[in-house]
Amino acid sequence: MFAPSLNSDAVKTTSYKVVLPFYLYASFSFLIATIFLFASSEAFLNHYFHPQILAITHIMALGWATMIIIGAGHQLVPVLIEGKLYSNKLAYASFALAAVGIPLLVHGFYFFDMNMPAKWGGRFVVFAIIAYFINVVASAAESKRKNVHSVFVITATAWLLITALLGLALVYNFTYDLLPQNSFHYFSVHAHIGIIGWFLLLVIGVASRLIPMFLISKYTNVRLLWLIFALINGALLSYIVIFFIFPNTISAFVSVGMVLAAAVLFIFYCHQAYKQRLRRQVDEQVRISLLSAFMLLLPIILLFVIIALSFAASGVKSNLILGYGFVVFFGWLTAVILGMTFKTMPFIVWNKVYRQRSAAGKTPNPKDLFDNLIFKIMGVLYLVGFTLFTFGIMDSQIIFLKSGSVFLISTSVLYNWNVLKVFNHKAVTMP
Amino acid sequence: MNIVSNDDTKCTAAITSLKEVIDPEIGLNIVDLGLIYAVNFMEEEKRIICVMTLTTEYCPMGESIVDNTRQALQSSFSDFGTIEVNLTFDPHWSYSMISEEGRKFLGR
Repeated sequence: MFAPSLNSDAVKTTSYKVVLPFYLYASFSFLIATIFLFASSEAFLNHYFHPQILAITHIMALGWATMIIIGAGHQLVPVLIEGKLYSNKLAYASFALAAVGIPLLVHGFYFFDMNMPAKWGGRFVVFAIIAYFINVVASAAESKRKNVHSVFVITATAWLLITALLGLALVYNFTYDLLPQNSFHYFSVHAHIGIIGWFLLLVIGVASRLIPMFLISKYTNVRLLWLIFALINGALLSYIVIFFIFPNTISAFVSVGMVLAAAVLFIFYCHQAYKQRLRRQVDEQVRISLLSAFMLLLPIILLFVIIALSFAASGVKSNLILGYGFVVFFGWLTAVILGMTFKTMPFIVWNKVYRQRSAAGKTPNPKDLFDNLIFKIMGVLYLVGFTLFTFGIMDSQIIFLKSGSVFLISTSVLYNWNVLKVFNHKAVTMP
Repeated sequence: MNIVSNDDTKCTAAITSLKEVIDPEIGLNIVDLGLIYAVNFMEEEKRIICVMTLTTEYCPMGESIVDNTRQALQSSFSDFGTIEVNLTFDPHWSYSMISEEGRKFLGR
């Protein structure tokens, strides 16, 4: 009636010791990034290729988003590939290298000193990503099952490695003539391989598995996910070809059109999963994640406008490009992370604290490990701060930039408070 | 709910204790969630074999759910020396395995 039972390997999950340092590092990075945002608000009135803006972008892209995604990845990759993580040691190495490399690199950008500290920072970040890449690929190779989600994750990690290698080449290119043109020329291709290839592909690959799981939804559509996968990779490859072979042509619209089509199909996927859910009540964390799927449309629309204006006589204003970067990192990605942190981290800590204790009495639920009221206030402050700062960039108004960044600092303080509350949770047994 | 057992009376007691084990993400007990496939009692060997599944392989909460299942059976059947909790993913868990009570709990 039942197939031969498995040994306990199929329930072995990645140790919390591997995962939690990434969460703590990321939350601290978010706080630092918002403080920099306040301290460097004036920079957002200038050109986007500005040392302080490059520093903030890399704190957000690497210290915040990539660190938390890689950390959660060590826990979620086994679920996606249906196999265990290949190596904890590689995961520790990945954390240590990135933890040292990111501040060195950010220091280099902030003071625009691309000599040794920045170069070592770039090298450490590349080594950290190589360690993560080997871990993901080796884990997938050892797993017997292959599915669309694991292909999303492996491909996204490969794009991350390409982004980091190109980024390191750009750092070197500031002081040596490594590439045919200056580093600024390659800035957009470096940024888009990271945004589309790493972040977008990974978020869709993971969310398309987790959202139906959290909603307890019967909906599944593997063909649609393969189509989204093809559209995103097609968009990126076509963009790279256009960038290097046919620069400044209107065909860039095709690439952005493919990304837009992928985003619309993903929203359709989320909507179907929501409609066919068994779980009536949807918690705030999943709601924010669903909202972030719509927030994805904002940068894509901005990208259309930027390309259109690049053919107009007036050209593209720098604040439009700044706004685009801001809505990617402080908008879409931050909304995904704010929701998903409290959908994953409490479970990791709960597993650590209560795994052996349930027989001793009733235990709190994972969602009781953080303060839900603080979470809701954080959500409101975030939306206000994000909106004000975006207006500040678009209208070049320092008052909106300053007030927006104060709201965003408050958001990150409350986020850190809740993260530390979860992290420091001690066992309590309810009567 | 369709749990296979070689002792219906003891199985009923086992189900009562297993209903105390909650999937922490969903908030529903593992019996109504349909995770328990079989509970067999080996009287002579004083051994209980529980065959169960998880909603997904390598579920982050898997270790905790399996440990808690073992502890729940141990506390209800203290005269049984060995409690084996064996996992299987054949058949794979599906939403159709959620009981009527479970569906009501979820709001459907």
